[in-house]
Amino acid sequence: MAVYNLTVNNKKVKVDVEPDMPLLWVIRDFVGLKGTKFGCGMAMCGACTVHLNSQPIRSCQTPISVVAKNAKITTIEGIGDSQLHAVQQAWIDEQVPQCGYCQSGQIMSAVALLKTTPNPTDEDIDAAMSGNLCRCGTYDRIRKAIHKASDSIKSSAGVGGGK
Amino acid sequence: MTSRRNFLKTTSLTTFGFALGVSSFAKDATLKKITPAIVSLEINPFIIIDTAGNITLVNPRPDMGQGSTQAVPSLLAEELEVSLEKVKIVQSDGKGKYGDQTSGGSSSVRALWQPIRKAGAAAREMLTQTAAKRWNVSTTECFAQDGKIVHRGSGKSLTYGELADDASKLEIPKNPKLKEAKDFKIIGKYNKRLDVPERVTGKAVYGLDVDVPGMVYASVLHSPMLHGKIASIDDTETKKIAGVLQVVRTERPMPHRKSEAVAVIATNWWAALKGKKALKVQWDNGDYEKTLSTQKYFDATYEAARKEGINYEEKGDFSAKYASAKQKTEANYETPFLSHAPIEPENAVVHVKDDGTVEIWAPVQGPDWALRDVCGYLKVKPEQVKINVTLLGGAFGRKAYHDFLLEACHLSKELKKPVKVTWTREDDITQGPYRPGMLSHMQGFVENGKITGFHHHAIGESIAGQVFNGLKDDEADPWLTGEISPENSKYNFATASKVSWTNVKTDIPVVWWRSVYASNFGWGQECFIDELAHLTGKDPLEARLAILSDERFRKVLETLAEKANWKEKLPEGQGKGLAVFRSFDSISAACVTVSRQANGVKIDKVVSVIDCGYYVNPDNVKAQTEGNIVMGLTAAIKDGITFTNGVCDQTNFHQFNLMRINEAPKMEIHIIDSGANPGGVGEPGLPPIAPALGNAIFAATGKRIRKLPFDITNLS
Repeated sequence: MAVYNLTVNNKKVKVDVEPDMPLLWVIRDFVGLKGTKFGCGMAMCGACTVHLNSQPIRSCQTPISVVAKNAKITTIEGIGDSQLHAVQQAWIDEQVPQCGYCQSGQIMSAVALLKTTPNPTDEDIDAAMSGNLCRCGTYDRIRKAIHKASDSIKSSAGVGGGK
Repeated sequence: MTSRRNFLKTTSLTTFGFALGVSSFAKDATLKKITPAIVSLEINPFIIIDTAGNITLVNPRPDMGQGSTQAVPSLLAEELEVSLEKVKIVQSDGKGKYGDQTSGGSSSVRALWQPIRKAGAAAREMLTQTAAKRWNVSTTECFAQDGKIVHRGSGKSLTYGELADDASKLEIPKNPKLKEAKDFKIIGKYNKRLDVPERVTGKAVYGLDVDVPGMVYASVLHSPMLHGKIASIDDTETKKIAGVLQVVRTERPMPHRKSEAVAVIATNWWAALKGKKALKVQWDNGDYEKTLSTQKYFDATYEAARKEGINYEEKGDFSAKYASAKQKTEANYETPFLSHAPIEPENAVVHVKDDGTVEIWAPVQGPDWALRDVCGYLKVKPEQVKINVTLLGGAFGRKAYHDFLLEACHLSKELKKPVKVTWTREDDITQGPYRPGMLSHMQGFVENGKITGFHHHAIGESIAGQVFNGLKDDEADPWLTGEISPENSKYNFATASKVSWTNVKTDIPVVWWRSVYASNFGWGQECFIDELAHLTGKDPLEARLAILSDERFRKVLETLAEKANWKEKLPEGQGKGLAVFRSFDSISAACVTVSRQANGVKIDKVVSVIDCGYYVNPDNVKAQTEGNIVMGLTAAIKDGITFTNGVCDQTNFHQFNLMRINEAPKMEIHIIDSGANPGGVGEPGLPPIAPALGNAIFAATGKRIRKLPFDITNLS
């Protein structure tokens, strides 16, 4: 066991866990944030996607010992601040989720995509989102919602809308 | 979670109010009034309006993504003249008073369409009568609007809360007048699902998210050959792992048999999983290494295809007519075993308490079935069991099979504490149960440019037989033979037709998978109709319409032809294929367009049409159909489940690949407003997808594919 000081969603937390424990289980069972999901345990489904310093990572394959001391971890509970993130709002507008279980991971991947590619094409979306499985088959709506979120982020930033 | 305990507290201890129960889900469901005193005895509390005007509905269909948490309250809100937001939902707990409670067979709206609306209409009439009496006016001068009864002349109004207590003293009208479809404000209209926000913020609570005080975590080592017996356990390394509490022999109870297993119990699940990986268990596998083989199973099905099966029905002496037919053909169509692979793996928390009561938190499709299985397994009475159904992170049939739940029951009873069992993806994929792989042996003939003879010989394992031990050896499995009969397909084979069945058994556990056998047999039926259509020399659409007089089928196909621009001339190398299949009282057809690309094809577009009769939310019908397109294509072109030398060849998503976003084609869904009784929505869109794809590939390349799955990038 070892003590780790983490910053999760801008809050400092301290956990005492085995060094090889994946970040996923630290977040879920020790920090107590259940929005990040377990799906495969081998980075094949993306349900466990969180941001480490704004980069999307598969938390099921990230041992806590490799998470740097000052790293900022962001989970689905932390992207919206006081209100919904534009991506979350677009997910509601397009009624994307069915069961919803994979959607935390989908949204984390989409938020990261829009940070680096504010104006994504369908091909950009396919490339960035192909690591996230959805067994309910919501892919068509995910594409639409990402375009919608892109528009809404641009218009709220005052840089003009349109695709 | 909204706990059932809180719900009962507020409803039974608030001794004023109004409650209506529905005694059954039959169409002629009788309504029963529950006086507050009886509510505390918990008899049929389905719908409760309290004196504050709060409306509570006990929802008897768990939500696994199919939208029951919107569809069911919509039926009530419509008749009660309230907005959807006004209806608070509490999930039923499996007790018999709530009737059938299993999300399966695309049944939610089909089964509840009449009874819930009837309850809502009865309540509306009773509230109206109460208000009219108070104002000393005729009920015809009063109407319900937005949670109030309004007097037309004066405009005065009383809220449902103000009326509830007195209304509850009235006789319940036996035949309340249901609203006419033209007056619907919610049913059939676009409405956002109110539980979407919690599913995009991480707040939704699935089974995997349940923690209860004092809980320990279990990871279960299952028999790699499914039914092997434990010869020895070496847990030396396991016990060295920090957090591991103990190692116990346990079992995996399936409906038809139990398998031996070893559980690692720990203070957290990661430790339990590490402990499981460190176990050294020797298994006595008997002859499973030789017998558990999908190759051997399919060999047996092809062998059976060369013989006569058991007839389900035969019209016009098919065999003799086929023997003498001049234009005829036959073919075998194969579909693989498949894993449901919901992204939330199987899991359950169970606490078998010292006083003999049992509390459960689990993602189960049917708390009623779960209750039955738990009572049977633990030998307890229903009143000793409390089931808290969580949201389901996908299910597709898998979570109505309770091996994972009973594992947790067994362990909690043994350990005398709450236990959370969480399966790994590897458990999910390697252990089953699976959709059974099946073979369709098809024979047919053509006379005078028309398909007039058709035989579907369905071959493989019987779900009813294996899961329920419910099939005699000399009986054709009615679950599937009914579905592929001309009575269901509505094809009029003028000369002769036959449906037959051969049961090829397997020790590989099988169960229903989204759309059940329709997902297997739509493939054989609709690809073979396409083959026969080409034999007639007609276009596959025309050849179908020539033998279909059923108006709804014709409308579905004609709409598909129009929306998918079926008649357009395509460039060389592009092709369209179509298929139609009726399941769960709905008719769905699909048209797939493909283009040749290197050695394979690319799917350009899928257009789907569904006639599901009356429906609640068109957007949800579309969403379910989109899901069916993706799942249907996945079943056709991604991985199947195979067993070699006794073990499953696939272990996780790197070998059991699912369709990803970059592979998902453009799709378009059209709904037919037939005004028929509601049919299913969650499943009927799936069966036509694979055959429409197969037929499109034939149109584009001339290559006829008869075995699923196949590699779409390499058809040579």
